[in-house]
Amino acid sequence: MSVVEKINSDAGLDNERSTIVVRFAGDSGDGMQLTGNNFTNASAIYGNDLATFPDYPAEIRAPAGAKFGVSAFQICFGSDEVTTAGDEVDVLVVMNPAALITNLDLLITGGLIIVDIDAFTAKNLKRAGYENNPLETDELDAYRVLPISITKQVLDTVKPFGLSHKFAVRCKNMWTLGLTLWLFDRSRELIISGLRTKFSNNSEIADANIAAVNAGHAFGETAELPSGIEVYKILPASVPAGLYRNITGTEALAYGVIAGGQLSNLPIFFASYPITPASGLLHALSNQKNFDVITFQAEDEIAAVCAALGASFAGSLGVTSSSGPGIALKSEAISLAIATELPLLVVNTQRGGPSTGLPTKTEQSDLNQSLFGRHGDSSLPVVSASSALDCFEVAIEAIRIATKYRTPVILLSDGYMANASEPWKVPNFDEIKPFPVQHETEVEGFTPAKRDPDTLARVWAKPGTKGLEHRIGGIEKDANTGDISYEPANHQLMTNIRKQKIDGISRDIPSQEISLGESRGKLVVLGWGSTFGAIHQAVKRARQEGLEVSHIHIRHIWPMPENLNTLLAGFERVLMPEMNTGQLVKVIRSTFLIDALSLSKVSGQPFKIQEISDAIYSCLEEVK
Amino acid sequence: MSELTLKDYATEQEVRWCPGCGDYAILKTIQKFLPTLGIPKEQSVFISGIGCSSRFPYYMNTYGFHTIHGRAPSIATGVKLANPELDVWVITGDGDGLSIGGNHMLHVLRRNVNLNILLFNNEIYGLTKGQYSPTSQVGLRTPSSPDGSVDNPLSPCTFALGAGARFIARSIDTEMKHLTSVLSNAHAHQGSSFVEILQNCPIYNDGIFDRVKDKKTASENRLILQNGRAMLFGEDGTKGLRLNLESLSLEVVTIGEGGVVLSDIVIHNERNKTLAHMLMELDLSIFPTPLGVIYHNPINPYDDQVYAQRIKVRETKEKVDMNALLRSGHTWTVEKG
Ligand code: SF4
Repeated sequence: MSVVEKINSDAGLDNERSTIVVRFAGDSGDGMQLTGNNFTNASAIYGNDLATFPDYPAEIRAPAGAKFGVSAFQICFGSDEVTTAGDEVDVLVVMNPAALITNLDLLITGGLIIVDIDAFTAKNLKRAGYENNPLETDELDAYRVLPISITKQVLDTVKPFGLSHKFAVRCKNMWTLGLTLWLFDRSRELIISGLRTKFSNNSEIADANIAAVNAGHAFGETAELPSGIEVYKILPASVPAGLYRNITGTEALAYGVIAGGQLSNLPIFFASYPITPASGLLHALSNQKNFDVITFQAEDEIAAVCAALGASFAGSLGVTSSSGPGIALKSEAISLAIATELPLLVVNTQRGGPSTGLPTKTEQSDLNQSLFGRHGDSSLPVVSASSALDCFEVAIEAIRIATKYRTPVILLSDGYMANASEPWKVPNFDEIKPFPVQHETEVEGFTPAKRDPDTLARVWAKPGTKGLEHRIGGIEKDANTGDISYEPANHQLMTNIRKQKIDGISRDIPSQEISLGESRGKLVVLGWGSTFGAIHQAVKRARQEGLEVSHIHIRHIWPMPENLNTLLAGFERVLMPEMNTGQLVKVIRSTFLIDALSLSKVSGQPFKIQEISDAIYSCLEEVK
Repeated sequence: MSELTLKDYATEQEVRWCPGCGDYAILKTIQKFLPTLGIPKEQSVFISGIGCSSRFPYYMNTYGFHTIHGRAPSIATGVKLANPELDVWVITGDGDGLSIGGNHMLHVLRRNVNLNILLFNNEIYGLTKGQYSPTSQVGLRTPSSPDGSVDNPLSPCTFALGAGARFIARSIDTEMKHLTSVLSNAHAHQGSSFVEILQNCPIYNDGIFDRVKDKKTASENRLILQNGRAMLFGEDGTKGLRLNLESLSLEVVTIGEGGVVLSDIVIHNERNKTLAHMLMELDLSIFPTPLGVIYHNPINPYDDQVYAQRIKVRETKEKVDMNALLRSGHTWTVEKG
């Protein structure tokens, strides 16, 4: 029996569990993201390992009660290692009928539904597509239902604070939070102090929200709840000692960029144009002016990358960020960065495509664009983060490569990891090895074509340096003088040099390690990006069942680690789950001439552990 | 500092414009003008897009970046923000700056980044062999408009004014003295300075500015603007522009004719935006071409404000410390693993 099945069969019977999945769902105006985030912080401080999945619609405020406006927040937490937000939901909190109908199929049989019955009006039921009120039929018989008149409870609670109806109703999310804090035995302290700080200039709102949290909690303690609904005992996880905090992928990336600036001893110039889900990075960095960071909100994507490249020319590290469609607009300038051999970091927080596609949903479908989506022979390094936490290290690594090799680097993140949060054992910055950059100052023998013989990196002489005045540009340049050259042999030489420079980076990146399992065996699951958590759990379960499966996760997508070929050769089969129609698998197949198998998912939702487990079983069937 | 001369600013690159191209004259003027500024050569940066004019940086022995089509204003913005000490020049043309790069031109001017923007207007795409441009006159026959262009042209100066530019001037490629004086004013201006230079392309659009360039008819067809001076022109300086109060537009009058006296003539006021707009929109088949500084009304440049804001934030926020940043927000300690 798999772990999943075991948990399922136990559901509803035993409130002592190693991990549990809770999903909050309501209207986009119901504040479910806030409830989820606060609950996450409380669980993190309690000591659980956890992973979250904010799943929100593209519409900012959809009409109340509409199915397409449902905003959800899922968290998996527990005493065990947690790497995904969970395949199935154990506890579903729904604020209206639309939230119920759109999320019910995620709930396990016997799972708990906490529901605000006040929102189950005829109008809302109809909007959600219910002919009859499911709370009054046998539709929910397979689950345990806790129906509460939440809206009414909240209005009664906050009445003394004299809020308008609009603001009073908004306290629903805090009431619900209070109830769930009771259900999982979490402390309210942090949340209450957080509300005090947040509404420091509006004490009525602060008091009302705090009263709502307390009332929700008290409701759990005192109300006569149906039998079987009692406090869950989810013990803290045993994690290494140290100082922890919660962090989202976006925050980790922002910190990584600032850290990369300090480690390279370069000012950061960050230029971006608003786009979902990448704008968070612009917001985060705009708020760090006390560091050596300048942020620039450009008029469009093209201007953003160009301003960043201009800053790199001037001696800073230019950084730009976007999502797929915006990166497409930047591609001409990225090729200019390749031609002029200047450092540049390009962050792509991928989302569902093509075109506007699914702006708030996740996908890994810009890998082809990153590797091949430019004119000319224009190879560049591509690195990918595998989780929210990993964004920190990967940003530093991308900056190391960009500044050392004087090349644009594409860093791939995605909507899932950008928004997801995880507890982070905060590193000691002083222990990270710096890689300070020296701009050229040597006048003797200077040409803009001068190169480091080892790295092949072009000299970086910044304007303002006496005696090094020079011109660069997009026209092909003579390999020796840097002057314009249309010579056939020179173009061949320059193309070769540019390619060799990028290929050579494979010698300067860490050897590929095995994430889990042996270095030989029947099957390896080869992944990249935010599929890490799901692959890790699936491989772990398979191994617990005695199956010969390993997990390799690639950070350096291009160039790849030198030992990857040998590693993969140690396995009979290579399975590659990707949230695209099979993009990296084609690169692996063509680069290493191996028969890697693709497992594709493009629904805008992350992989479930079970989906990868199933693929592992069927692969192993074949190799038996 | 030892005196710099024109020679210091010339490069060894073979200049590759067509013989007779107006760009040569502009290059010479700028190479001669820069040494007079007293700015170290390494502080000057020339940034261009794509087109004939955009080859310019290769011929200036300063720092230079020949970038991609239309994007020079954005690249220059990044350069200037990264190092505000640099003296940054943007060299562009009518196609580069107003067609493919129109959006960037709009925004660099609106932000008022402290750059000198020189737009060489030859009303044609030269480098791609002669297609009509956004400033070509209606009816111009080119390979892409064999029956005559039906596109309405725009006036670069009007565009700049609409975008919010605070310094707008116009000059002529071959008029070294006038161009030098305009460049000197443009350079002194703090913020984006926009200079339209009428540039002859002898290969694809020869002679379009003859009316104003021809020395013989120059006095009749040039309105040399000087701040605080009456808008007079003509061989004996008796023609001038008067404001017609009924039509609220400028008209050509002659002093001494029909009771017109000197005090009827409009005095140029470079801070007057309405007047600037009228001058930019004159029908040049009837009116003389306004040359010189048309509009000049400085405000605090963008880059200054960016840095001022940063200084202010640093006064209020705690010291830069990476470890403190990593530990910001809620943290908790796990005692033993
Ligand atoms: S095509 Fe015209 S503008 Fe271009 S270099 Fe030749 S003459 Fe000058």
